[in-house]
Amino acid sequence: MIHAAAPVRAKRVLPGFTLSLGTTLLYLTAIILIPVLALILKGAEIGPARFWAIVTAPRALAAFQVTITAAVIATAFNAVYGLLMAWVLVRYEFPGKRILDALMDIPFALPTAVAGLSLTALFSANGWIGQFLEPQGISIVYTIWGVALAMAFTSVPFVVRTVQPVLEDLDPAFEQAARTLGASEGAIFARVVFPQILPAWLAGCTIAFARSLGEFGAIVFIAGNLPMKTEIAALLAFIRLEEFDYQGASAIALVLLMFALILLVVSNRLQAWAMRFKGI
Amino acid sequence: MKHGLIKAAVLAASLGFAAPASAQDSILNVSYDIARELFEALNPAFIAQWKADTGRDLTIDQSHGGSSRQARAILEGLQADVVTFNQETDIDVLAEGGLLPAGWRDALPNGASPYYSLPAFLVRAGNPKNIRDWSDLAREDVAPIFPNPKTSGNARYTYLAAYAYGLEQNGGDHAKAQEFVKAILSSVPVFDTGGRAATQTFAERELGDVLVTFEAETGGIAREYAAQGFERVTPSLSLFAAFPAAVVAENADKKGATEVATAYLEWLYSPEAQDILAQNFYRVNDADIAAKYAADFPEVRLVTVDEVFGGWDAIRAEHLADGAILDQVFVNQ
Amino acid sequence: MQTLAMDPTRNRLMPRLLIGVAALLTLLIVVAPLVYIFARAFGEGWKVYAANLMHPATVHAIWLTSIVALIVVPINVAFGIAAAWAVARFRFPGRSILVTAIEIPFSISPIIAGICYLLLYGRQGILGPWMQANDLQVMFALPGIVLVTMFVTAPFVAREVLPLMQAQGSEQEQAALTLGASGWQMFARVTLPNIRWALLYGAVLCTARAVGEFGGVSVVSGNIRGQTNTLPLHVELLFNDLNATGAFAAASVLTLLALVALVIKAVLEGRRGA
Repeated sequence: MIHAAAPVRAKRVLPGFTLSLGTTLLYLTAIILIPVLALILKGAEIGPARFWAIVTAPRALAAFQVTITAAVIATAFNAVYGLLMAWVLVRYEFPGKRILDALMDIPFALPTAVAGLSLTALFSANGWIGQFLEPQGISIVYTIWGVALAMAFTSVPFVVRTVQPVLEDLDPAFEQAARTLGASEGAIFARVVFPQILPAWLAGCTIAFARSLGEFGAIVFIAGNLPMKTEIAALLAFIRLEEFDYQGASAIALVLLMFALILLVVSNRLQAWAMRFKGI
Repeated sequence: MKHGLIKAAVLAASLGFAAPASAQDSILNVSYDIARELFEALNPAFIAQWKADTGRDLTIDQSHGGSSRQARAILEGLQADVVTFNQETDIDVLAEGGLLPAGWRDALPNGASPYYSLPAFLVRAGNPKNIRDWSDLAREDVAPIFPNPKTSGNARYTYLAAYAYGLEQNGGDHAKAQEFVKAILSSVPVFDTGGRAATQTFAERELGDVLVTFEAETGGIAREYAAQGFERVTPSLSLFAAFPAAVVAENADKKGATEVATAYLEWLYSPEAQDILAQNFYRVNDADIAAKYAADFPEVRLVTVDEVFGGWDAIRAEHLADGAILDQVFVNQ
Repeated sequence: MQTLAMDPTRNRLMPRLLIGVAALLTLLIVVAPLVYIFARAFGEGWKVYAANLMHPATVHAIWLTSIVALIVVPINVAFGIAAAWAVARFRFPGRSILVTAIEIPFSISPIIAGICYLLLYGRQGILGPWMQANDLQVMFALPGIVLVTMFVTAPFVAREVLPLMQAQGSEQEQAALTLGASGWQMFARVTLPNIRWALLYGAVLCTARAVGEFGGVSVVSGNIRGQTNTLPLHVELLFNDLNATGAFAAASVLTLLALVALVIKAVLEGRRGA
C-alpha cells in the first residue's frame, strides 16, 4: 500500500513536476475532494443539534452498532484466517499452492454484489452449506453472522496480502537460532516470528476493518436488512436518501466518512511502522 | 495526453447516447417496482399501435423501483417522460418540484388513474395459519411481509388499509387503530425498500407467513410460483389504490416527446390495454373487460383515502410527516 | 522459498493440519460461491444460459460496463503515473496529505461516494441549477456512472506504481537526462519500461473493480433498462425480476472477467518477480 515514508531527496532537476503534480491535484480535486466537500457542506447545513439527533436516533445507533459489531467479527475471523493463509502460502510447499494463492485474490476481483448473491444462496436454509448449519440451529443468512460473513469474504485479501511480503522477507537467522536453542515451534512463532509481523498484521487488519465498515454490495443481499437488527449504516444512508431525507443521509454518510478517514490515518501509521521490518 | 483521453471520453459518451435517440421516437417510463411484467406486456402492444397510427418507430425504456425512490430520482434529474406510479403523493412531489403541472389529475380520466388495485394477501400453500383478514396479521404467531412504508408506496397502502380496518373495528377510535397497526408493524421480520424485494423475501427466501402487497402482485406471483401453491386471500375490507399516470412535462417537452407520451397514457384506457391490465390482475374501469375477468377479482369492500383519511394532504401531514403517526407506530424502523 | 518447517526431524503433522484448515476454509468461503454461480447459471441448460446472455438488455449491460471500464481505466492509468511521479520524485509541502488523499476512496463506502456526487450534480444539488441552465446531464446517465467509478477506482493504479517508483530511485532517469534525452523521451524509454508490469497490474485491478462497482453506481444510475444499467446492477435487476437463472448467468460473465483478471495478474506477477 502507499505510504509516504522513505523520503526522497529533492531533485528538482527531474522534469514534469508541475505537469504531474498539477494533473494529480486537478484530478483529486475534481473527482474526490469536491464531491466530498459537497457532502461536508450539506452536513454543515444541518446544524450540530439536528446532526446529533439524527446520528443518535435509535435506528441510526443500531445501524452503527450492527456495522461495527459485524466488522469486528469479520476482522477477528480474518485476523486468524488471513494470518493462517499467509503463513501456509509462505512457509509450506504443497500441491495446489499457486492456485490457493491465486484464490486469495478472488474477493478483490469478484464484484461484491455477485459475491453477496452467491453467498446468500449458499448459506440460506436450503443452500449447499446452509442445509447443514440450519439443523444445528446456526442461521447465517439474514442475521448479523451473514453480514459478518459478507464482510469477511470481501476483506480477507487485505490481511493476507499485507502479511505475506513481510513474512517472506523475515531473516531466517533468528528462527534458526531459537531452534538451535531448543525452542518449540509454537514458542518460536509466538516469540520470534509474530512480533516481527505484528505491525503488518495489525495494518492488514485495520484496512480489512475499514473495508468491512464500508462494504455494501455483498451485504445488502445477505443481511435481510431488518432495521435495528441487520441493517448496516451504509444501507441506512441509502434508505434515508430514498425517503427524501437528505439531511439524514448526509449525516450518516459523514459519520462513516469520519470513521474511514481515522482508520486510514491509523493504517498508514501502522504501515510506516511495518516498513521498518521490511527489508526496504 | 490527459486532454486526449477526456476528448475520447466525451466522444464515447455522446456516441453512446446519441445513437438510439435520433431516427425514432423514444420515451422513458419511470414506474413502480412490481410493474416490471406489466409493462413488458403493455409496451409492445402500444408500440405496434403507434406504428400503425403514425408510421413511426417507438422505443419505450423502463425504470422500476420503489415509487418514492423513483420520484426522488426524477427530482434529481432522471429524464422520465412519463411516470406510472402507485402513489398520487409521489406525482404531487414532482408537481411541487415544478416538473409537471399541479392539475395533473385532470389531464386524464378517473383522476389520471387508468387502473387500480388494493392491498391483498398471499399466503403459503393450504393457508396453514388460517389468515383471512387484517386482524389475523396482528396475531402473535403470524409474521407478515411487506416493504418499508417509508420508501414504498405499496407498503404505505398496506399501512393505511390496516389503519382503516383498525378504525372500523374500533368504532373510529384512533388510539386503538394505532395500537392495531403497531401490532402488525412490529411483527414484520424484514422491511425491504421495494415491493418486489418483499416478494422475493416471501417467495424465494421463504420468510414470513403472509405477503401483503397489491392484489395485482399476489395474482402474478401465485401464477409465477404455481408449483409452490401460494394462495390469494382477499381481506373483507381494503383500500382503493389509484395507480396514477402523468406526463413529466418538463422532460417530455424538452425532448419533444410530449405527443407520444400523452398518447401512451391515453392508450392505457383503451380496451386493448385494459384487457392486458386485467390479465395482470389489475382492476380496470372498462365495464366489458371487468366483466370478462370478474372471476379473477373477488368481491371486496373498498374504502377510499378521501373517505377515511380526508385526502392525501391530510395523510402526509398526520401520518407520513417526520414524527407523525407512522413514525410513532413504526417502532422498529 | 523458505522451507524451515519442512525440516524432516520436526513434527510433520502441524503443517498438514494448517494447510488442511486453510484449504478447507478457502473452499467453503471463496471457492463455493464461484462454483455456485456457474452451477446456477447453467442450471437450466446451455440453451437457457445462451438465451439469457443474448437478451438485449443483458447485452447492453455488458456493453455499457465495457464502455465505462474503457473510459475509466486509461484515465486512472494516466492519473496513477502522474501521482506516482509527483510523490516519488519530488518533495513538496503537503506530500503526505496528498498520499492520504489518494487513498480516501479506498476506505469510503461506495454508497457515500454516490451520495457525494448526487449532492453535487443532482438537479437539487449544489451545481444542479447551473447544470439545468446549461442543459447538462450527469446523474442517471453515462457521465455520472463514469465519475463515480473513477472515484471508487482512483487509488488502484497509483498504489501499485508509487512504491515501485520509490524503490527504484531516479538514477536511471537522471542518467537519461544527462545524456540529453528530453523529458518525454526519458519517460517513454526509461520510466515507463521500468514500471510497466506494476502499471499493468494496477490497470488489471482497476478494471476488475470498475467492472464490478455496484453500490456507488446504484445511487447514480437510475436503473433504466437497456440504458444506464451496468452489469452488476443488471444482476440485481434480473434477480428482482424473479429471473434467478438470468441473474446468475449475468453474474457468471462478471465472474469470468474476474477469473481472467486473476490469470493476467498471476502472469504479470511472474514477470515482475523475474
